[in-house]
Amino acid sequence: MATPLKVERYTRASRIALPIVAVVIIAAATVPAWGSSNIMKQGVTFLALLALAQMWNLLAGYGGLVSVGQQAFVGIGAYTLWVFSEKLGLNPFFCVPIAGIVAAVFAFPTAGLAFRLRGGYFAVGTWVIAEVYRLLVTQTSWLGGGSGVSINSARQVEPSTREAIVFWWALAVAVGSIALVYLVLRSRRGVALTAIRDDEIGARSLGVNITRSKLWVYVMAAFGTGATGAVIYLNLLRVQPEAGFSLQWSALMIFAVVIGGLGTIEGPILGAIVFFALQQLLADYGAWYLILIGALAALVVVFAQRGLWGAIYRHWPVDLFPVRRRLCLETVCFPEETPAPSPSAHGSSPQPPIGPSLPPAAEPPEPEQ
Amino acid sequence: MVWANDIIQGILLGGLYALFAAGLSLVFGVMRLVNLAHGDFGVMAAYISLVIVSALDVNPFYTLIMVMIVMAIFGYLVQRGLLNFAMDAGPLQAILATFGIAIIIQNLLLEGFTANSKGLDAGVIENTSIRLSDQVVIGWFPLLTMVTSVIVLFGLQLFLGRTRMGRAFRATADNQRAAQLMGIDNRHLYGMAMAFALAIVAIGGVFIGIRTTFSPSAGPFRLIFAYEAVIIGGLGSLWGTLVGGIVLGVAQVLGDHIQQGWGMLVGHLVFLAILAFRPQGLFAKQVQ
Repeated sequence: MATPLKVERYTRASRIALPIVAVVIIAAATVPAWGSSNIMKQGVTFLALLALAQMWNLLAGYGGLVSVGQQAFVGIGAYTLWVFSEKLGLNPFFCVPIAGIVAAVFAFPTAGLAFRLRGGYFAVGTWVIAEVYRLLVTQTSWLGGGSGVSINSARQVEPSTREAIVFWWALAVAVGSIALVYLVLRSRRGVALTAIRDDEIGARSLGVNITRSKLWVYVMAAFGTGATGAVIYLNLLRVQPEAGFSLQWSALMIFAVVIGGLGTIEGPILGAIVFFALQQLLADYGAWYLILIGALAALVVVFAQRGLWGAIYRHWPVDLFPVRRRLCLETVCFPEETPAPSPSAHGSSPQPPIGPSLPPAAEPPEPEQ
Repeated sequence: MVWANDIIQGILLGGLYALFAAGLSLVFGVMRLVNLAHGDFGVMAAYISLVIVSALDVNPFYTLIMVMIVMAIFGYLVQRGLLNFAMDAGPLQAILATFGIAIIIQNLLLEGFTANSKGLDAGVIENTSIRLSDQVVIGWFPLLTMVTSVIVLFGLQLFLGRTRMGRAFRATADNQRAAQLMGIDNRHLYGMAMAFALAIVAIGGVFIGIRTTFSPSAGPFRLIFAYEAVIIGGLGSLWGTLVGGIVLGVAQVLGDHIQQGWGMLVGHLVFLAILAFRPQGLFAKQVQ
């Protein structure tokens, strides 16, 4: 007789949510058939933001690596697009995956240096390395130097065709980024990451290779960010080092993730929607949207650490993406599908059970310098 | 002799970086917080000085005390009002909160003062210099910056070593819980640490505003240079930070000498080389 204990991932909500997600994706794919040029351009902006947010969330929410230097990979993706399409004569629309691969290759030396730093010093270290990439491009006349370059081969494609293909690419990187995070979390590596996030020393003692797991996450995030960078610049058609390697990219992804909820798949989706909506609403007020979003993010990260999704989840605990594993004995599962607020082991305050889709209660302390 | 002049200019530039780095170092030392808004606080100080200068028509040096007081109060309030809570939430949350503050300051300055570069005019001292030979010329202002930097670092060391509050800072840096058990109010102490850090960065901000121009987007560069000075010098060593600033300054001036526009890049590469081959920095207190 088989053991009555089994591990379940799917919940009722996720069984309902997955077909809905599929319908939304299919509906989105039809946008080029009926949408105006403006709708498609805005759509690409939103989908790219969503993809960047997912990738940053993979890095920080699951890998514990707070990077403010991901603009390095946006810029590398953009310049890879230019090099392969203009210098090597490849079809620009084939360059999106290549941009991801090139960004992943650059992620290895970047990680080699940045991984020597921890916590906040890691954050600034990645930023310095992004600056180095920007300055190297600015000083290289072959790459157009400081004045930037144009993606002319994509300009020659008939505009409506180009817009449709770029939109589909944007949809592909957005869906792909969600799928990537989802598959990572379901894999053996995902379990290791969750263990590291919850207790680094404990995970190491159980044989998890910490550095390799983090490197793997870093390279994955670089791949997704690089591919997204290529899509963004297929939309904009002109790259300048100041813009491609701008800190603004990090601000976008960090704020979207923080507002939506760090360490969940649903959070960055919600965060990207909120960010995009605020951006559109405040479009006439210059830099005020960033001030408002920055303030919102700073307050959310301090006073509602689990973000908007966390606030929703507290009252209505549903997992749209089945990545949480639950232990089931016959018909009883833990954590329960809709847990009643109960005193948790952490103290007297009622909290939802800590599962793989929630951010860490506490980071492991930094070693004494 | 041209090289000698470059090295002297680089050393003097290093003094400026050390002024920025000292506050960063203090905050990290006392509360293990890497303040990503540190550079933006410096730029904000320069704008406050600019406002006072244009309102009262005085030399920016006279605004220094007022800017320092304003920044110190501001730092205390930001720490007590937001960052203390952020640090309770976790180190990751604390970094992200400072990043949010950085973006807010940059964009508020952009809205208030436009993206145009501004400068502070300190008058005749900016253009007078000591002429050692035809090629070696030391400006009075860079020299004053260096002297100020050494005085600030020396004062900070005396403060940390000799005063009651300095002792509380060091105790908290060593073991926050134990310090708290001994009756140290760490929330107030963190506020004071941030106040001191921003008073020091205010000096740096005004001095760099006199030396070159500044714009709302200048903060990240100030932060990065200060950070590189701290890492090159080695964490936890005040005088190491000064040496780190000098190494960075010399690298930048020599880089620009080799080819115009390469200064920053060479500075970053020296930093990365230190990170690759001596990650504990040149003068680390302890070997990791």
